[in-house]
Amino acid sequence: MNPNAARVTTLGLRPDAKIRECLPTGIASLDAMVEGFPRGAISEILGPESSGRTTLVHSLLAASTGRLEICAYVDTDDSFDPVTAAAAGVALSQLVWIRCGHNAGHALKAADYLLHAGGFGVIVLDLCQVPPRISNRIPISYWYRFRLAIENTPTILALAEKEPIAKSCASLMLDLQRKKTVWTGAPGFSLLREMEFEAASRKPVRPATAVFKARALA
Amino acid sequence: MMFACIHGPSANLLQTAAAFSPSFEQTAPDTVLFRVDGLQRLHGSPRQIAEAIARHAGDKINVAIAETADAAILAARNFPGITVAPSLTGLDVATLPLTAEMAQVFESWGIYTLDQLAQLPETGLAERFGPHGVYLQQLARGAIHRPLKIFQPETTYEDRIELDHPVSLLEPLLFLIARLLNDQCERLLSNAMAANEVTIHLELENRTGHTRTLRLPVPMRESKSLLKLLQMDLEAHPPTAPTLAISLQLKPVHPRTVQTGIFLPITPAPDKLELTLARIRGIVGENNVGLPELLNTHHPHPFRLANAQPKIANPQPPIPNPAFRHYRPALPATVDLDRNRPIRITAPGIHGKVLNAAGPWRTSGDWWTTSVWNRDEWDIALTNGSLYRIYLDSQRRDPNWFIEGSYD
Repeated sequence: MNPNAARVTTLGLRPDAKIRECLPTGIASLDAMVEGFPRGAISEILGPESSGRTTLVHSLLAASTGRLEICAYVDTDDSFDPVTAAAAGVALSQLVWIRCGHNAGHALKAADYLLHAGGFGVIVLDLCQVPPRISNRIPISYWYRFRLAIENTPTILALAEKEPIAKSCASLMLDLQRKKTVWTGAPGFSLLREMEFEAASRKPVRPATAVFKARALA
Repeated sequence: MMFACIHGPSANLLQTAAAFSPSFEQTAPDTVLFRVDGLQRLHGSPRQIAEAIARHAGDKINVAIAETADAAILAARNFPGITVAPSLTGLDVATLPLTAEMAQVFESWGIYTLDQLAQLPETGLAERFGPHGVYLQQLARGAIHRPLKIFQPETTYEDRIELDHPVSLLEPLLFLIARLLNDQCERLLSNAMAANEVTIHLELENRTGHTRTLRLPVPMRESKSLLKLLQMDLEAHPPTAPTLAISLQLKPVHPRTVQTGIFLPITPAPDKLELTLARIRGIVGENNVGLPELLNTHHPHPFRLANAQPKIANPQPPIPNPAFRHYRPALPATVDLDRNRPIRITAPGIHGKVLNAAGPWRTSGDWWTTSVWNRDEWDIALTNGSLYRIYLDSQRRDPNWFIEGSYD
C-alpha cells in the first residue's frame, strides 16, 4: 500500500490548503488573472513609484466599500489623497484613516490593533515610501501574527510597498510597473490623460500579466 | 377599577401615594392620583380606604375615590374632605379645562353645570368645538377610561467620592472610578439610556481641579469600555497632583438603534471600534485618526479628519482613476527652467531631466485670510520613470518650488 495514497487523492492540493473567498477589484483583467484579493490573508502590492500601486489600492478599497464594508488605511508616511480616492469610488465615510507621521513602528502597532478589533473588509498598510533598509528590519514574526489574526475572518490585509516584506506569509503578491503614459495636446499645451499599468502575479505564479488603465477625469 | 385622588397643599403627597400604591400619577404639583383596587382586604370599604389615606396625608387634604381617573380628580379638586363615588352632575362647567372662548359660548347657551353639558348633542358639540368639545363632554359624563401616567423620579447621572487620603497613582484611582461607572451604567441600563459624553472632575491636593470630557461618537453604556476610554485619556493627560475627590458625570441620550440584516457584511462593533481607535490615538496622536471628509473648496488640501464612527454610504462602482500620493510636507526642489518650463528637477532623493510637462495650472484662493495660497502647478514625467506634481509657490521666497507628490 502506498503510504502517500492520501496525498494523491487530494488532487495535488496540500491537505491543509484552504479555498478562500476572493474580493474582485473591479479591474477586469486583474480579476481574470488572480480572481481578486483573497479574504483572511495577506496580499502584497509591489512596485516602484508611479507603478500603479496606489491606483490598485484605491480600486480595492472602492470594491470593498461598495460592498458596504468598513475599511482602514494605515498611512505610514501620511501620503493618502482623499480627493483621488473619492474619485476612484472609495466611500470615505466607510474609511478609517490613520496618519502615522513617518513612523513605521506606529503603523505596525496600529495595524495590529485594527486586525485584532475585527470586522473590517480591507485594511491597507501603506509602506510605499518606507525605505527598504527600514522595511527589511521588520521582524517576520509580525507577519505571522497578522496572518494568524485574520486567518478565519473576511478581512484582507493589503500591503503596498516597494519590495516584498511579508514573503511566505503573503497569499497573493502582485508586481506592478507602469507600461505607458498618455499625454494629449500639442507640445507646450499637453495634458496628462491616461496611465497604463501592468501587473504580474508572483504568488501564485501566473504566466500571463494583466494590463489596466487609469484615466484622468476630464 | 377604583382610583383615589389626593389634592391639597401638603408637601408629602407623593409619599402618601407611595404608601398605598407602587405606581402613581402626579397630575399637578398639588394633585396625585393612584389606583386603590385590591386595598379592600387591607382597609375595608372604599370609604375606609379614603379615611386611611386621609389619616396618612394629614389635615387640609381632599381625598376622592371614583371609578375613573378624571372623575376622581374633579371630585378631589372640588369637594372638601373625603368623597366616595361622587356625583359630579352639579359641578360648574368652569371646573373643566375650558378655553376663554368656550366659557363664553357655554354661558351664552345657558350651560352652567356638567349635567347640562353632558346632555348636549355630541355631533353638534363636535361641529362647534371640535375634538376638545367632545373630550370635555366625555369628562362631564365620566366616560373617559385612561391608564395612569406613571410618575418617574428624575434620574441623575452624577456621582462624587471624597477620599480619606490623597491618591496619586492611576490604578487605585481607576478602581474608584470603576465603582462610580458601574453604578451609573446600571442606572443607564435600567432606564434604557446610553451616554454620549463622560465628564470626570478630579479635585487635587494643590487646590486645583482636573477636568476631562470624553465626547463619544456613538452612545455607550458598557462600564468596561467607558473605563478603558477614561484610563487611556487619563494616561495621556494625567492630573498634576494627588487626587482628593472624584466627580463623574454622564450625559444620557437614547441608545443607537441599527437595523441589521442577514445579508449585510460584518462591521466592527461600535464600542470596540471606539476603544481600538482610542488606543491608536494614544500612539499616533489625537488628531491623526478619523474619517476623511472632503471640503467644498479649491484649496490644495480640501479635507479634514472627522472624529466619527464609520457610516455606510450609497455604494459606488470603482472607477480606475490615477491615484495621487502626497509628500507631507512637500519636498523643496531646485527647478531649472527653459523659457519658463521646467527642464530639470533636483530634490532630496529625486532628480532627473523632465521628459514631459503639462502646465502651469494656476490656482489661488483664501486671499482674505492668513492661509492664502497662490501657486502654479505642473505635472511632469522624469527620466527616473516617475510622474510628479510640482508647484511654484508665489507666496514664498526661495525656495519656492516644491514637489507635492507623485502619481501612482
